[in-house]
Amino acid sequence: MKPIWYFVGLILLTMGGIIFLSGIYLLIDPPTVKTVLSETHPDIWWGAVMILFGLLLYLKNRKVIIN
Amino acid sequence: METIGLTFIDWLIILIYFAFVMGIGLYLRKFTTSHEDFFLAGRKNSAWVAGLAFLSANLGALELLGMTGNTFKYGMYVAHFYWIGAIPAMIFLGIYMMPFYYSSKISSIPGYLKLRFDEKTRVLNGIAFAIMTLLVSGINLYAMALVLHTFLGWNWDISMWVSAITVAGYVTLSGLMSAIFTEIIQFFLIWFGLFLVSILGILEIGSLDQILARLPASMNSIWATSGNPANNGMMIHWGGIVLGLGFVLSFGYWTTDFLVVQRAFSAKDLRTARMTPILASFFKMALPFVVILAGLIALALSNDPNSGFKLLQDGGQINYDSALPLLIKRYYPTGLVGLGVTALLAGFMAGQAGNISAFNTVWTYDIYRSVLNRKASDAHLLWMGRVSTIVGVIISLGTAYWAKSFPSIMDYMQAIFSWVNAPLFATMLLGMFVWWITPNGAFWGLVTGMSSSFLLWMGVKFHWFNESIITMSNVQSDMAANFWRAWWAWLLCFAVTIIVSLFTKKRKREELVGLVKGLTEEPKDSHLPLLKRPAFFAVISIIVLVILNILFW
Repeated sequence: MKPIWYFVGLILLTMGGIIFLSGIYLLIDPPTVKTVLSETHPDIWWGAVMILFGLLLYLKNRKVIIN
Repeated sequence: METIGLTFIDWLIILIYFAFVMGIGLYLRKFTTSHEDFFLAGRKNSAWVAGLAFLSANLGALELLGMTGNTFKYGMYVAHFYWIGAIPAMIFLGIYMMPFYYSSKISSIPGYLKLRFDEKTRVLNGIAFAIMTLLVSGINLYAMALVLHTFLGWNWDISMWVSAITVAGYVTLSGLMSAIFTEIIQFFLIWFGLFLVSILGILEIGSLDQILARLPASMNSIWATSGNPANNGMMIHWGGIVLGLGFVLSFGYWTTDFLVVQRAFSAKDLRTARMTPILASFFKMALPFVVILAGLIALALSNDPNSGFKLLQDGGQINYDSALPLLIKRYYPTGLVGLGVTALLAGFMAGQAGNISAFNTVWTYDIYRSVLNRKASDAHLLWMGRVSTIVGVIISLGTAYWAKSFPSIMDYMQAIFSWVNAPLFATMLLGMFVWWITPNGAFWGLVTGMSSSFLLWMGVKFHWFNESIITMSNVQSDMAANFWRAWWAWLLCFAVTIIVSLFTKKRKREELVGLVKGLTEEPKDSHLPLLKRPAFFAVISIIVLVILNILFW
C-alpha cells in the first residue's frame, strides 16, 4: 500500500495550493474587512510553505509501495 | 458573538478533508483482512508512524481549545502538562514498560492484566475503560458541536451526526490503520493550521520576551513561583505538580491508557515499539509553542485595551475556550480560516476515532471474547470489531445528547481520568516490577483506588469535607485538586495492593516469565548503532526537557 506520507503530502499540496491561490486573488482584489497583519499576506507565504512541504513528501513517496 | 464567516474557499478546504479521510478508509479497506489488521494495524508500523499516531491520539481539539483557554486562566503553568506532565512518563514507557507489553503479544492493556494477574482484574479494568472511553467520546462529540455552534453558527445535530457518521465510516472500514492514518494527517493539519497563530501573534506583539513581559509574574514562569500556591496562577505547590501531575496523572495516562498505548502495539518490532513514545516525546515538548503560546498571546492582547481583543462571556463568566477561535478570527484571512477550522475538526474527529478504535478492541478482546464468546473465530472477531465500532459511535451520540441536556458534565472530564487511570498505574507498576504481587492484591487494590478517587471527588462536590484536606493548602484551584486526588488514589491502590498481596496466594515465578522485571530477559541494544538505540534518544529527550524547564523557569 501507499505510505501515509504520500497522503499527507497530497493533502498539504492541495490545501496549500488553494490557500496560496486565494491569497493571490486577495492581493489583486483586497477584501473590505481586513484581518490584523493582513498586509503581510500570510495566506500567500504560508500557502507556499505548505505547497513546498507537501510537494516534498508527495514526490518522495509517490512511487513507494510498502507491505 | 458574531460567528466566524466561512467563504466558498473555506468550505472547499473542509470538504477536501472529509473526502480525504473517507477516501483513505476506503483505500485501506482492501488491506484489512484479519482481526490483527483491524485491531492492531497488522503490527507493521514504523516508529515515525506509530510515534506520531501515539501523540496525535491524545491531541484532540478539546485539548487544543482547553489548554489554550487554561493558559489564559492559569498562565505558563499549563506547560507542565506537556513537559514534566508527559515526557518522563513517555520515556519510562519506552524504556521500561514496553518490553513487557510488546513481548507478551497482548492486544490491549486489560490483556496484560489477564496474563499477569487473572480474569477478574482484566474484566474490571476492561469494563471501566470501555465506559470511560464512551463517556469521553460522547463528551468530545458534544464539545465539538458546542464549538462549531458557538463560533461558526453551525447546526448542533448536523455537526454531531456528520462527524460521527464519518468516523464510524472510516473506522468500520479499516479499524486502527485508518484511525492511525487520519491521526497523522490531523497532526500535520494542526501544526499547519494553528502554528501560524503563534507566528502572527509574535509578529504583532514584537517578540516572545515582549509577550512574557506583558504578563503578571504569577503567569509568566513555570517553577519560580511554585514555592507558595498563593503566588502562582494555578494556585498549586510544586509538590502537587511533581507528585500529582508529573508522577501519578502523567504516568497513569501515558503508560496505561490503552487509547495511546495501542498505537505503540501497532509497531513492527520491539525496538520500534520502544522508540514510539520516545520519538513522540520530542513532538510533545514542541506543542506548547502552538497551544501555550497562543494562550499567552491572547492574555497579552486582552491586557492591552488598544488591541480590541476580548474573550467571550457566557452569563457573566469568561469563556476561556474562545481564545483560540478568536485568534483565528483575528489573524486568518479567507482560506486560512478554512484550514484553521479543518485543524480543529480534524482534532475532534481523530480524537473520536481514537476512542472508538480503543473501545472496539477492549470490547471485542477483553469483554466479548473473554466473557461472552470464548470460542469466537478470527472472522467473527473481525465482524464483532466492525459491529462494536458502529454501536460505540451510536452510544457516543447518545452520551453527546445526554451531555447537551446536562452541560456541567464537561467539568468532570479530568475527574473521570483520575478515577480509572491513576489507580491502574499503581497496579501496573507493582505488577511489572514486583513478582510477589498477587491477583487478589491487584484486584482489591484497583477496586479501592477507583472507588476512593470517586469518593474523594464526590466528597468535595457535595461538601462532605473541605478540599483543603486533599490539597493540604488553604488556596487551591480545581486543577490542583485533580492533581492531589490522583495522588491519593494512586497511594491507596499501591498500599492496598501490597497489603492484600502479603496475605494471599502468589503465582509461581515460572508463570510470570516475560511479564515481570527480574524474571524476563532484558532487551539488549548494545549491538545497535547509537542512532538506533531507544536509550540514546531517551537521554536526548530528557536533556531537552531540562533545558526547556530552565529556560522558562
